[in-house]
Amino acid sequence: MKRRLILISLTALSGAPVLAAGTGFNAPEGKVLWGRTGQEGRLCADCHGSELKAPGKHVKTGKRIEAMAPSVNPGRLADLKKVEKWFKRNCEWTWGRECTAQEKGHLLAWLSQQ
Amino acid sequence: MKKTLLAMTLVLGSLGTVHWATADEGEREHGLLSLLGYGQDVDPVANATYKEECGSCHFAYQPGLLPERSWQGIMTGLKDHFGDNAELEQPVRDQISQYLVANAADHSATGRSPGIAKALTTEGAPLRITETAYFRRKHHEVPERMVKENPQVKSFSQCQTCHTKAESGSFDEHQVEIPGFGGRHH
Repeated sequence: MKRRLILISLTALSGAPVLAAGTGFNAPEGKVLWGRTGQEGRLCADCHGSELKAPGKHVKTGKRIEAMAPSVNPGRLADLKKVEKWFKRNCEWTWGRECTAQEKGHLLAWLSQQ
Repeated sequence: MKKTLLAMTLVLGSLGTVHWATADEGEREHGLLSLLGYGQDVDPVANATYKEECGSCHFAYQPGLLPERSWQGIMTGLKDHFGDNAELEQPVRDQISQYLVANAADHSATGRSPGIAKALTTEGAPLRITETAYFRRKHHEVPERMVKENPQVKSFSQCQTCHTKAESGSFDEHQVEIPGFGGRHH
């Protein structure tokens, strides 16, 4: 429920029309975005690992990053402020720009199913 | 009576251990002080925001490892944080800066902090802990094959990889275990 709320809030924040929960965003699209190569060949998986239910490792510092999948890490995607903060930082690092609301919605639709 | 004897033995036993573990370090107060919790190398991190914002990506270096001017340099240059963008919203950045500055090496009386600050007086303000005179002096004998060329370590910047108690602010060399090489006597 909380995750669904985050999806709605993101849509509202972006100024796009507030859609019914789930509409307009789809998980397969999110999966594609997750695997899309960014600047200097960077990938989400560089730090988060290829297995979302397992912890990742910061590509530069080696610091452990807890699993992305809410099914094994219930705190994941549960705090809207945190979700927005990390989208901002990590989209910039990986793709060299902020993610659009549409991209964030797709990514969340996919990640929240994991 | 029996209980008292047992208690005394335990206390003596631990004193002995502490004495052994720190016997060749002449720079700090040891023994009983360590037992009482005063033998800390640097104060452990005591700010939840700092731990969360900075410690998510790298070891949350204790503020007592660098002097105030180094922390200020780091916090005003977060846009290019050793090659990465680590910008923070202003209120969060200010809060973290205040914490780091207030507990910087030159404002702390704990353990190694005064020594770190003292060794820097003639230098500039290195942004990397690994570039401080104190750090270099303490690590110069560690060969590259154990750190940079060691795939399990890779860099000196990940304190906790070898310093097993780093997070608690303890950097005693007897607690060092280098992955693939073991403790210092191996």
